[in-house]
Amino acid sequence: MEEIILKHRFLPKHEILSEEEAEKILKKYNVSKRQLPKIRLKDPVIKVIGAKEGDLIKITRKSPTSKESPYYRVVVDE
Amino acid sequence: MEHVYKNINSISFGFFSPKLIKKMSSVKVVTPELYDKEGYPVDGGLMDIRLGVIDPGLRCKTCGSKLKECPGHFGYIELARPIIHIQYTKTILDFLRSTCKDCGRILLSDEELKLKLDSLKDIEKRYGLFFKRKKIKEIINSLKNLKKCPHCKAKQVNVKLERPLTFFEGDKKLSPIEIKTKFEKIPDEDTEILGLNPKYARPEWLILTLLPIPPVTMRPSITLDTGERSEDDLTHKLGDIVRINQRLFENINAGAPEVIVDDLWDLLQYHVTTYFDNTVAQIPPARHRSGQALKTLTERVKSKEGRFRYNLAGKRVNFAARTVISPDPEIKFNEVGVPKAIAYELTVPERVTEWNLERLKEFVKRGPKKYPGCNYVIRPDGKKKKITDETKEQLLEELQLGYVIERHIINNDIAIFNRQPSLHRMSIMAHKIKILPYKSFRLNPAVCTPYAGDFDGDEMNLHIPQTEEARAEAEVLMQVQTQLITPKNGTNIIGCLEDSVSGNYLLTKSMVFNKDEAVQLLFSIGVKKIPNFNNVVEGKEIFSSVLPGDFEYIGKTKDNDDVIIKKGKLIKGYIDGASIGEERGNLIRKLHRDYGEDVALDLLSKLFRLGIKALFYKGFSTSLKDIDLKQDILIRIRKLLKDSEDGVDELIKTYNAKKLEILPGKTAEESLELLILQTLNKVRNKIGEIIGESLNEENPLRIMFHSGAKGSILNLTMMASSVGQQALRGKRIRHGYDGRTLSLFKKGDLSPRSRGFISSGFKKGIDPVEFFFGSMTGRDSLMDMALRTPKSGYLYRRLANALQDLKVEYDYTVRDANKTVIQFKYGEDSIDVSKSEKGTIDIRNLIREVIGK
Ligand SMILES: [Mg+2]
Ligand SMILES: [Zn+2]
Ligand SMILES: [Zn+2]
Repeated sequence: MEEIILKHRFLPKHEILSEEEAEKILKKYNVSKRQLPKIRLKDPVIKVIGAKEGDLIKITRKSPTSKESPYYRVVVDE
Repeated sequence: MEHVYKNINSISFGFFSPKLIKKMSSVKVVTPELYDKEGYPVDGGLMDIRLGVIDPGLRCKTCGSKLKECPGHFGYIELARPIIHIQYTKTILDFLRSTCKDCGRILLSDEELKLKLDSLKDIEKRYGLFFKRKKIKEIINSLKNLKKCPHCKAKQVNVKLERPLTFFEGDKKLSPIEIKTKFEKIPDEDTEILGLNPKYARPEWLILTLLPIPPVTMRPSITLDTGERSEDDLTHKLGDIVRINQRLFENINAGAPEVIVDDLWDLLQYHVTTYFDNTVAQIPPARHRSGQALKTLTERVKSKEGRFRYNLAGKRVNFAARTVISPDPEIKFNEVGVPKAIAYELTVPERVTEWNLERLKEFVKRGPKKYPGCNYVIRPDGKKKKITDETKEQLLEELQLGYVIERHIINNDIAIFNRQPSLHRMSIMAHKIKILPYKSFRLNPAVCTPYAGDFDGDEMNLHIPQTEEARAEAEVLMQVQTQLITPKNGTNIIGCLEDSVSGNYLLTKSMVFNKDEAVQLLFSIGVKKIPNFNNVVEGKEIFSSVLPGDFEYIGKTKDNDDVIIKKGKLIKGYIDGASIGEERGNLIRKLHRDYGEDVALDLLSKLFRLGIKALFYKGFSTSLKDIDLKQDILIRIRKLLKDSEDGVDELIKTYNAKKLEILPGKTAEESLELLILQTLNKVRNKIGEIIGESLNEENPLRIMFHSGAKGSILNLTMMASSVGQQALRGKRIRHGYDGRTLSLFKKGDLSPRSRGFISSGFKKGIDPVEFFFGSMTGRDSLMDMALRTPKSGYLYRRLANALQDLKVEYDYTVRDANKTVIQFKYGEDSIDVSKSEKGTIDIRNLIREVIGK
């Protein structure tokens, strides 16, 4: 899909975490991938950044109280 | 019992097949008799001990377990003739209509059938089961008027259901036997289009040939005081079924005439129908001998008193009381006044130890009729003994270590107090009990806010915790002082209100006392350490002597004047709602932070009473003359109103001349309306200003809204001068007759008066036209309230239920009961709002406090 949607100012930054980074996050929160919030494989952003099922996505949101706040989602095919 | 832990993958729904009913049964019931002469359950009866145990001491003949361990086991009876299941009549009708009356095939050609099945599969895959069911309904509906079978070419006759359970094929009545044979002919391949999976649901299973008998554990009999057994409604009904079934068998076997057999068959159908549902229209409900309708299967589940809403969703407790609430300003914030009549019924269990034996004996001695007494004594083996005149002596004698007595509640016992709807956690708080005369719960008016209660007839509930753990938890976590700061926005939910605010305002602003009065005032609010006053004491000094000696505070009043407290002395400014009011009392907030919740609550309650008591010295009231305006003010207001009317006229004129400047994004009409509204609002605000300036400092109304106790300048304007524009949905009133609001106006009249502007004030009185417009907005707001409250209440409930298992974990993540992460950092900043100030933490302030000293 068009990359232009990534440029919208309301869209927080989505990035695919590497295997090691993902492992670190799972360890930090002591969770399995099943216990993390999900994002669909057919989500427009996921399609554009080309993530695969099972990838861990880091979403960096802007926050009025803490400037930036990271959020993590696992790509699922549902 | 053995438990199986497995993840559920899928659920299939189907009908019981006769085979399955037999397979899951442990008894074939053959006789309506329940017990033999010795009172022992009859073999093959409805209370057969193979159906489970309901008597202590007995063992189940099927599984060998004891009472409470055996879940009970099903049985069955063989029906002499097939019976229609009342809950399946609609399904049976659908199936009869969509299949051939002769060959039993579905009324679709093989090609059509294949097409439809494929489309069903596709719909299920793409849109889910819900839409598949919708499609099946559609298909069935499309089949019901077909005239010819595509398979055997037989002519089809319309099938009707004559309520409640007679089927007609044309004019011919269909007996359950005929229906069953028809259904048996439907091939497995055709059932799928009817929404069935033939493995779990064959159409002929809709007609009952065997009836499952539920285990006795779900219809236990109770033993009355007389020793007589009283059976459950279901057992009664099943008894009827078995009895009639037996008679039907006998008559059929004896070759009785058709009429008699048919009559019995109908009777059996009636009993089976009422066994499933005793509230079917057109079928007289089966009754007890007393005339009371039996509660059968459907009634057990359905409605407010049913299994779901009563037993599963309902929670009931003992040791609770409910009555009307009324105010008592003398009671502490964390106390609740409990009527003595209630104290006789509510008890606290107290264990006998060597230290309290003598004290507890006194309670037992007084018994249940003398307060503070004791209702029950519990022996170490758990046996509970009621104290009566006869048992008292003996119980007193045997009372020893390890016994527990249930004594009446007394002052300072802890209780949990609640007002519904419990929308936030402050709706349930712990209070110390104070036993009082009369019949209502008494609470300090200051704690109305957290409960959102008033005294126009509100009732509240009181619960007495029954274990040490519960009491400790309530005391540490739930008492009123722990709830001073709301987690909504970090402000104080409890504060001074109404007269107390006015009182503190007057006290710190202008009041002066002599020494005696000052001492008396302070003592009456419970201040014990009274400073050495001079002969003339300013109100500020009195206020200061309530505060801790080292208290430092810098704040603002409502009018943005400085308030400065240094070393516990109010040295600048005065106290008003912005310092001590609810949800905005910065002074209270600071007290809470500096001295902790207990001190803060104590000081708050003193300040609360200080305000009220201060008013006693001066007297505080308001009357009509307080809204009298001086002549020159009235003239100015009249001129203002006239000017604005002229202004509106001018606007209308320019509009009619099509010269009105149109606002961006609006039509000419909208622009005009907006400008008119602006003009009229401006004049009202201007009037408010003029009135505000003209008011005497002593004016009680001014004092009330200036201190933030109640009301605003707007309310005063409405009383003294003009009520202002009445608006419906943000617009001037435009409903009514063709082109006008009331028939007495000219068509197209846009003047303020004809569109709901009320230029008179309440004191002067408003004229009929104005009154009418006032009623319109009044009615609208009533309707709005009546419609919106339940809607938003339900919305809130659903939200609260959806979020109820979320909690902040020790690593500051928010997780649900499965430990699934919802937020990686609570609120993105992990700030506990109730420990913050208005949701944020003022770091600059913190630094100043730490190093600036
Ligand atoms: Mg009320
Ligand atoms: Zn058993
Ligand atoms: Zn046919």
